[in-house]
Formats: sequence, structure tokens, C-alpha cells
Amino acid sequence: MRINGKGLIDRSKPVPFVFDGISYSGFEGDTLASALLANEQRLMGRSFKYHRPRGVLTAGSEEPNALMTVGSGPTQEPNVRATMQEIYPGLEARSQNRWPSLNFDLLSLNDLAAPFLGAGFYYKTFMWPKSFWEKVYEPAIRRAAGLGALSGRDNTDKYESAYAFCDLLVIGAGPAGLMAALTAGRAGADVILADESNRMGGRLLAETYEIDGKPGNVWADEVLAELKSMDNVRLMTRTTVAGAYDQGTFAAVERVLHHTERRPNGAPLETYWRIVAKRSVLAAGALERPVAFRDNDRPGIMTAGAVRAYLNRWGVSAGRNVTIFGNTDDIHRTARDLLDAGVHVAAVIDSRHDAPLSKDYQVLRGAQVCGSSGRKGLESITVRRPSGEERIHTDCLAMTGGWNPSVHLTCHMNGRPTWRRDIEAFVPTPGSVPGMSIAGACNGSFSTSACLREGIAAAGEALEGLGLTAPDIALPVAEDASYEITQLWAVPGKGRAWLDFQNDVTVKDVKQAATENFRSVEHMKRYTTQGMATDQGKNSNVAALAILADATGRGIPETGTTTFRPPYSPIAIGAYGAGAEGEGFKPQRFTTSHKASVARNAPMIEAGLWYRPSYFPKTGETTWRESCDREVKQVRDAVGVCDVSTLGKIDIQGPDAGKFLDFVYTNMFSTLKVGRVRYGLMLREDGYVMDDGTTARLGENHYLMTTTTAAAGEVMKHLEFVHQGLCPDLDVSFTSVTEQWAQFAVAGPKSRELLSGLLDQTLDDESWPFMACGQVEVLGVKGRLFRISFSGEHAYEIAVPARYGASLFDILIERAEALGGGLYGMEALNVLRIEKGFITHAEIHGRTTAYDIGMGRMVSQKKDCIGKTMSERPGLEEAGRERLVGLKPIGESRQLLAGAHLYNEEAEPVRTSDQGYITSVCYSPTLETMIGLAFLADGPDREGEVVKMVDHLRGVTTLCEVVNPVFFDPEGGRVRG
Amino acid sequence: MRITCPHCGERDRREFYYRGAAVDLERPAPDAGEEAWDNFVYLRDNPAGVTRDLWYHEGGCGAWIVVTRDTVTHEVLKTELASEAKS
Amino acid sequence: MDKLIAKTACAGLLPLTVGSVSVSEEDVGAITSVSPLKGQKKALSDALKAAHGMAYPAANRATGKSGARAVWLGHSHAMLIGPEPDASLEKHAAVVDQSDAWAVVRLEGDRAEQVLARLVPVDLRSGHFKRGHTVRSLLFHMTASITRVGENAFQIMVFRSMAETLVHDLKRAMEGVATRG
Repeated sequence: MRINGKGLIDRSKPVPFVFDGISYSGFEGDTLASALLANEQRLMGRSFKYHRPRGVLTAGSEEPNALMTVGSGPTQEPNVRATMQEIYPGLEARSQNRWPSLNFDLLSLNDLAAPFLGAGFYYKTFMWPKSFWEKVYEPAIRRAAGLGALSGRDNTDKYESAYAFCDLLVIGAGPAGLMAALTAGRAGADVILADESNRMGGRLLAETYEIDGKPGNVWADEVLAELKSMDNVRLMTRTTVAGAYDQGTFAAVERVLHHTERRPNGAPLETYWRIVAKRSVLAAGALERPVAFRDNDRPGIMTAGAVRAYLNRWGVSAGRNVTIFGNTDDIHRTARDLLDAGVHVAAVIDSRHDAPLSKDYQVLRGAQVCGSSGRKGLESITVRRPSGEERIHTDCLAMTGGWNPSVHLTCHMNGRPTWRRDIEAFVPTPGSVPGMSIAGACNGSFSTSACLREGIAAAGEALEGLGLTAPDIALPVAEDASYEITQLWAVPGKGRAWLDFQNDVTVKDVKQAATENFRSVEHMKRYTTQGMATDQGKNSNVAALAILADATGRGIPETGTTTFRPPYSPIAIGAYGAGAEGEGFKPQRFTTSHKASVARNAPMIEAGLWYRPSYFPKTGETTWRESCDREVKQVRDAVGVCDVSTLGKIDIQGPDAGKFLDFVYTNMFSTLKVGRVRYGLMLREDGYVMDDGTTARLGENHYLMTTTTAAAGEVMKHLEFVHQGLCPDLDVSFTSVTEQWAQFAVAGPKSRELLSGLLDQTLDDESWPFMACGQVEVLGVKGRLFRISFSGEHAYEIAVPARYGASLFDILIERAEALGGGLYGMEALNVLRIEKGFITHAEIHGRTTAYDIGMGRMVSQKKDCIGKTMSERPGLEEAGRERLVGLKPIGESRQLLAGAHLYNEEAEPVRTSDQGYITSVCYSPTLETMIGLAFLADGPDREGEVVKMVDHLRGVTTLCEVVNPVFFDPEGGRVRG
Repeated sequence: MRITCPHCGERDRREFYYRGAAVDLERPAPDAGEEAWDNFVYLRDNPAGVTRDLWYHEGGCGAWIVVTRDTVTHEVLKTELASEAKS
Repeated sequence: MDKLIAKTACAGLLPLTVGSVSVSEEDVGAITSVSPLKGQKKALSDALKAAHGMAYPAANRATGKSGARAVWLGHSHAMLIGPEPDASLEKHAAVVDQSDAWAVVRLEGDRAEQVLARLVPVDLRSGHFKRGHTVRSLLFHMTASITRVGENAFQIMVFRSMAETLVHDLKRAMEGVATRG
């Protein structure tokens, strides 16, 4: 019911919206919850387990009941708290967890079965048979439980992430937060003030407090106006600070567009902020506790603070005939606010025997509400007094069990809150988050005056830490009432008294947990699921542990709390993953030939962040194998061109460059002649192979190292580590030049012919023998040429500055095709190297040594190098080690499969008789058979033997002959020819 | 988590690559013996308290940094360049 | 006769304007990485001054001006941007041509800082990051060099192969900023 003259909504701006297909009207400034209450729609949802009808319990982000689905289609959003959702024209919300409708929900039958569904029911019931766990029980339970659902389609909403930095982050903009921000702002500090609501002011908007003789909200607006005028203060509304992390880092989620239908293209729905603050002030306020009594969950029963908030902030009375129940003076404040607004107060039930009396309304002292009735909403309550029980008709019960300071963020770094007996609540333990000061209600200081005072003090503390001078600031005049509370967790009696409204956990469930010896608060939580719903127990934790404490005969401090972890309130996965949707967050690296390769229909495969062509299909070719076989033949018979720019290239310079390379490579590089290239092997310090590649000596003190594509970053890191960490005295420096050069392999018997005419010099075996390198001019551009080969053919790699890459690629294709050759992709490259027994990271996979890959002699005995000592461990050279061999199928099955294991021909193919495994396979068009590289126990000594390949996964068995891993041209005549 | 790079100043943890214990800086002589090498390559303490480890400012200046920090409080006590750190 | 045709890193991708922020590719001339030899930093700085008019930059700083700038690049490197490097530098430094290794763009506009705040985990607001300041950091998930070259202008450099991702990420952030009130 809307109350004339009350509230901070704009009555000149009516806002139509739709709930469960029915059109309603509210006003600008309304939340979905306040607008529905104004329309006297009390039923807003169904509970999780028993599908009980539920109405709104709170007026804030802690709301457990009024969860709704907003929107439809790909952007549909489930579990939106009606208390946080601002209404806008066009808003469409739907209730959840009900079928077919909110009013008539078939699964509310669960409620009748409640006696059987208590804590532990699932654990005890769905035990047998085991085969039913995944196939029957879980799907059935999941269907029945759960709240709202996603659309199942790709979400088209955009989320963004952002960074912010400040001297002081003030969390919460109630009286304490406003005062802290004002104090720090006036001192010139760089301040961010964040508040989860769309309007700052906190409880000042929800209460009728006066500050300095003005209504609290007016005072708040004046402070906000001053803060807005300061360049050094940033105000972040609709922003929930959700987590406190190390070294002053905070996570905050800003709901940018949830309050409007306007969704401009490219605009973010939410922004996930990472705020780095030198200091912080927590002024997060407190959350009111419901009281557990029989059937305390009917729509119409809500916290007293929420009733006042709806009245004072939104001009809505939650009922026409209100009753109030609780254990603090807040209930009297509630009564006065309602009476002042002209709402009838049927009775005030104060559990305290010494409660103040009033001449304006009936006060029942020392009384408790012990039950309620009403089908889909509250109709009456039962009050128990020493004189007996009495039924009172009412459509709204405002209840309070006291307040819980919002200590959550102070627990995010493992802090444990401290119990304060005088306020029956946990407060933050000082120092829980380094650099964080606590102010106001979240510190257990509930009067307005105390909030203002602590706001100033907390800012002062922060300013001192920042080296700034706190300004002289007068403490505004405000109420400073004391807070008198007696314990009131649960009203004794039969029936179900709800603690956790979201997960349907009752007082009885908690007691049962204790009875069954789940006495630790962490065990009780998991056994009953109390505190495990989306509100994370904000409304129930303290009461539940108080009941557990009582049931186990311990005090509350000894019982302790469960751990509060980030986020403070739920965050959409989309916000966490902002920028990672679709193709993901990884940068894409494209070579200069990328477009030309795509234009030739090459399927691109990822190699690290790079994209490389698999093969280049020609008209008429229907399988990748056809293309690949052709490309291999072209290289062997004519010439092929392949972009190899993705291989890591590191420019190494300095007087100690040779010495350094001798230390990181197993073999010698200081002795390499200028103008020559050498293959090098790098070990990890544990003696296993790390990477391989060629290194060219371009000058006396100048080398160019090549790494594999995949290990480029790792090798750079390694070189920097070895230099900075192990031999910083060496005068050497590294520069990655991977990106500077577009480099192409030109391989095949006609490679020299292809290049002739492109260069400023003639290529002959004398000036350009195998493994020569040097500067050349490529069509007038300064480039580099390396006579190296990864195919076993006479081959070169030609490099030009990247700006010319695309152009050179086109020219090389044209020339290759004119010579009967063409492009080749990764598939053909792989075949070419397997035919030659060249290794890649399929073989140097982290568990193989130089000895294993047949390169034991490359570990120079003349010097120390990284990994040498450990590579000489006896176990790494002992008989029986699996070492590199080639395999050829010889039996009926001609199939080889990478990953398959090897066994002796007659052995049973089981783990204990394992002889090794295959790492690389291909069909060799050159040899017209499948071939494979494998690691076989004592492999090189077993050439000519027959072994059995078994792929258990794919059910393939193939007999293979063990051969030398160099299948093709073992003498190496072609590469030199 | 934030780490102060001696070159770049205080930076977000995401700019850094974590390697492991700063023991990696104490490379024994080739002939130091099995135990020394075993300690160097494999054995690591797992302290609840102060630890020294190596981070690489990969998303920054490329410096290797020795970070002294407390594994319990997460406090970063000291950062220094690996090239200047005396282990 | 075949001829090699040059193509810039961001060809076909830029310029781009979204709201009040624009991004364009910069032709900065030669880019040369210089890494001082042991004990040669001072001598290198002098040689740089003599040949190109700017000192070797301190950490997180750029020296010189538009057309001839030296930008600090890391623990042992700076980039000479603009002129072809004078031969005298090679006596004191490892000198490596990087003219083709980087995509270089200029981000400009009154909300350019806000765009970068969506991508870079460093405080780049003018009070903290002034003209002549530079950082090595991340731009979303790419390593980048970012230098303030004007009141509302930044020079951003990422590896050449990542030009498309750079433009994609910048555009996304620019849209996020432009659609805000």
C-alpha cells in the first residue's frame, strides 16, 4: 500500500512494469520489491526445497526469498533479487521455482512430505543402489531443486573489467561512510566511495533520523553534493565491493545497466572493478536478524528494518494492519514510523520484560510470537504470554532479533570476528585486513551519532597512514541512543521455525545435526546446508550457530562462525570472465602470411598463440591426407615454401655471448664460426631436455638463437633467469626478434633455383654450404639467409623485415608453383621431419634426456652446462631406458597410432610388460607406409626386432619392425647436395 | 596480490610469473656431490611463515625478482633483483 | 622484376574513432632496441645525446621528443624511436633493429585514460602518469609498452603479430567508455 507524502520516489514519473505476465505500475526510484508491495503483491517466490510460498524478507542485497528472473531470451537473468532490481519501463520479471504458477505450485507437495525431508535426508536416502547416484537420483533432485534457470543460449550481454586506484576506498555510503569520505575528501586524499545501492545514504534513506536538525536524507544529499564537487573524490553507486584481497586489492561489481532498458551497442551490463587502495574504510552497515518461530516464513513477515525502509524510502506500507515483534528498541521506532504515516499498528510484542510502554500503541511485554497462519500470506499470528496464547489478526509482521554487523570483508583474508556479548553479535577483529579501518554499524556501533563519529575517526586513521592531515571537522548532531538487547534466537515450540529461508533450514535441522554429532559449525553447515544458498547465510548464520551452541552446551564464541569468503553477494560469471567470452581472452598472433593462407583455404591451427596453416587444399583434393601427401612430394621432388616466422628468434649480443651459450646449451657455441649455424640442445637443470633449435653466429659477439614455436617464451624466461640469477657478471643481452622478421623455409631440390634472382648474390655450395648463414639483399631489402633444413632436403630459410613478409610470401608462392612446387603446411612439415627422424616437443616432452633421444654425445664433456650434472646420474643412462627408435608396420595391420604402447611380440599387453610408447606417426608418401617415432626400452639396440603396438583405447594391434629413426636418406646426401 | 618490482614499482600479481623457491639461485659446483645437487634441484621447504621465492616480471620489465613474503599473512616483506640478491 | 611491398602492422585495421577517443597507427620511423653493455650506460647515454639529442631513459621514463624519442623498455633495454641509430651506439650497446617488430598506435581523446583503465593494471591517470612517463605492463592479456605523449594522448606498442587483438581490445574498451554517460 502506497502512503501519500512518504518516500524518496519520484511520483511525477510513473513506471509500468510486468510481473508474471501482469502489468503493474510503480514510480521512478522503486525497486521491484517496493513496487510489488505497493501493489499489495506479497507472494514473490517459492522456497528452494519445500516450495513454500514466500514474500520479501528484507529490503537489501541480503534478500533470500524474492528472487526472480528478469528478461527473456539469451540475456535472461535468473535469481535477481527483487530488492536490488530497480524498475524501468519495459521491465519484465517472472517468479521462479514454481510450476505451473506462483499461486499454484505442484511441487509444494514437497512441503507435505517435510517430516521426511529434514537435514541429512538426501544423504541417508539416496544411498542405494550406487548406480542410481548419477543417472537417477541426481537428475531428479536437480530438476526438483534449484532456483532460476539460464536460457541455455549464449549470453549476448557484454561485461567489462576495469582497474581503479585510490588512496582511500570507503565501502558503504551510510552515515559512517559519508562522514569518512567527507573527512578524507576535504584532506585532499584520492577517495573512492562505493555503495551497492542506486542512491547513497544507507539507513539515512530508510529511517527518520535527523542530522544537524535536517532529515537524514537531506543531510546525506548535502554531503554528497560536496563530495561530487571534489575532483579527488569518485562516487560509485550500484557498486558492491565484493572481496578484499592482498595488498589493498578489492573486487567490486558495478551494475551499470540493470536499471534501464537502454542497452546501447557495446555498452557493458556490469563492470568488474579491481580497485587498488592504499587504505580502506569499511562502513558496510549491519544486517537485521529474523527471529525463528513456527511458520515465520509466510509472505507478510519481514524484518522490521525492511518495513521501515519500504515506508520511509519508498513510501510503501508493507501491510494495513501491522504487528511488530522483537527484542530491541527498533520495534518501537517501527511502530512510531508506521503510526506517523497513518498505518494501523495492531500490537507490539516485545520479548523484553522491561520494555518501554507507549500510550499510542499496545505493547505486550515479555511476550513472543509463537506461530502464524494464512494460506499464501500472513493472516494472523499467535502470541505467547505468561498468561496464555492469543491470536492477533495482522497482514504484516515486522520482526527483529537484533543486528549483525556486516563483518564479511574483514574475514576475506582469514580474519575471525569477535563476539560482543553486550550487543549479542560478532564484530570485526581489528587488523583483519591490513590498512582497513572499521566504522559505524559494521563495527557494532549502531547509533547515528556513533556512526558519524567513527566515520571521522576511521578517515583520520587512514589519513595518518597516508601522511595527510585530517581536517577539523565538526561532529554533526544526531541521535545517540543506546542499544539494549536480550537474546532472542528462536521461540520454543513445535513445528518448523525457519532459520535459512533460502535453503529451507529449520531450528530442528540444526538441533538434529548436533544430535547426530555434526557439532562443528562447519559440519553443521554442510549437513543442513544452512548458509549455503546465494545469500550465504547473511540472514541465518548467527542464529543458527547460537542454536548449535545451545544444543552442544557451548558458548557462541567457542562455537565460532563459518568462514565468509568472497564474493559478498553473488556475481555473474560473465562479470568474472569479462572479455573472455566468444573466442576467449588470449591474444591471437598472426603471421604476415596469414591472410594469404586463409585465402588459399588453409585450415588454421593454433600453435601457442599463433595460427599456422595445416595444409593447402587444391581443387579435387577431398581429404587432408591427399593435400599433405602432395605437399610432401612437392618438397621431396621440387620445392616447398612454409612460413616459419613463429619459431622463437632471440638476438644474443655481448662479449660473453659465446660463453653464455656454452652454459645454456649442452654443446659448444663459442667455437662456432661466424657465418655458420649449429644445432643446439638445451637441458633443464634436472638433466632432461628443455628445447632444441639452431643458433647462428652472425658476428664475433652476435648470435641468433632459434627456439621451437611453443617454447619461445619459456626459453626467453630461462635465458634471462640463467643470466640474471646465475651469472649476472656475464656481459650479454637478449632481445626477442621473433616479430621483426618474416621467415620462410624454402625446401627441396629446386630451392636454390627458386631463390636465384631474388638475392644479391649467387648461391653455391662453396659460399653457401649446408649450415651457412649471413646477410643478403632480398630484392633490394636487407634480409638474412640460413642454409638449414628441417626436411632433410636442400633447403634455406629466408628472412626479411616483417613489413615485407606478405609481399615476399606471394613472390615465393609464385616461384615455387612455377617450379612444380608450392606451399606446405604443418601436416606436411610434420611428415617431412618424421621421415628424417627429427624431434619436436612430441619427443622432448619433459621426460626424455639427451641420451634417450640419441643425442647423449651432444652433452659436451669439455664444460659445465645447465643440466649436465644431473643428466649424468646413473639412472638416466642405465640399461632398459626407453630410447628413440623408428617403427614400421610389418603385419596385417598397417596402422600406427601416437600414444599407443609397445610390447614384446609374445607378451601380454599389460602395464607390467610395457616396453615403451609411440610419440609421432604419419603416413610417409615417400616410403609409402606409415612410420612412427617411439621410445622403446633399449630401443637402439633392438633394430630389426619385432614389437607389438597396442592401442587399448582404439582397439588396434599392429606388429612393427624396430628401425633407425632416420627413415629417409640416412646418409644426409640430399641436404648437402 | 601486489609485488613491488625494483624497476617498475608496485604492480599487480598478474604481471608476474612465479617460479618457486629462491634456492634456484644457489647452484652448486658441478662436483659438489649428489646431496648438494639433490637439495638444489628437488628439495624445497614449505614454510608456514617467511619464504623467499622467485618471480619474473614477464608482463613488465623482464627482471627476475626475489620476493621475501609471509605465507601465513601474505605480507610481502622485501623484493630485490635476482641479479643483486645475495642468497 | 619482382618488388617487395611494405605493409604496416595495422594496415586495414585503423584508424578508428569511438565516441571521443580515437586510435590511429603511427609511423614512428626506425625502432631500435639498445641494451647497454656492462658499465656502458653512461657512455651510451652520452652517445645518444650526441647523436640523437636525448639521454638514455631512466626506468619508467621516455626522453627526447616526438620524432626522436628514447623509451625505457625493460630491465636492460630502451627503444630509440625515430632516427636510424648512429653507428657510435654500437660501441656501448647491443643494437638491434626492431622497426618491424611492433605495432605502434596512438590513442587519443579526453577519455583515453578511461579506455586504458579497462585494459591496463597500472594507474595511468595524469596525476600519476605524466607526459614522458612510460610503463611496461599488460594491455588486457598482451605485454605492451605505453607512453604518455600528450595531455590526452598515449603511444601504445604491442608485438606486431598481435595488432588485430590490440585493435579488438581497444575497440571493446572504447565502446564501454563511450556508452557511459
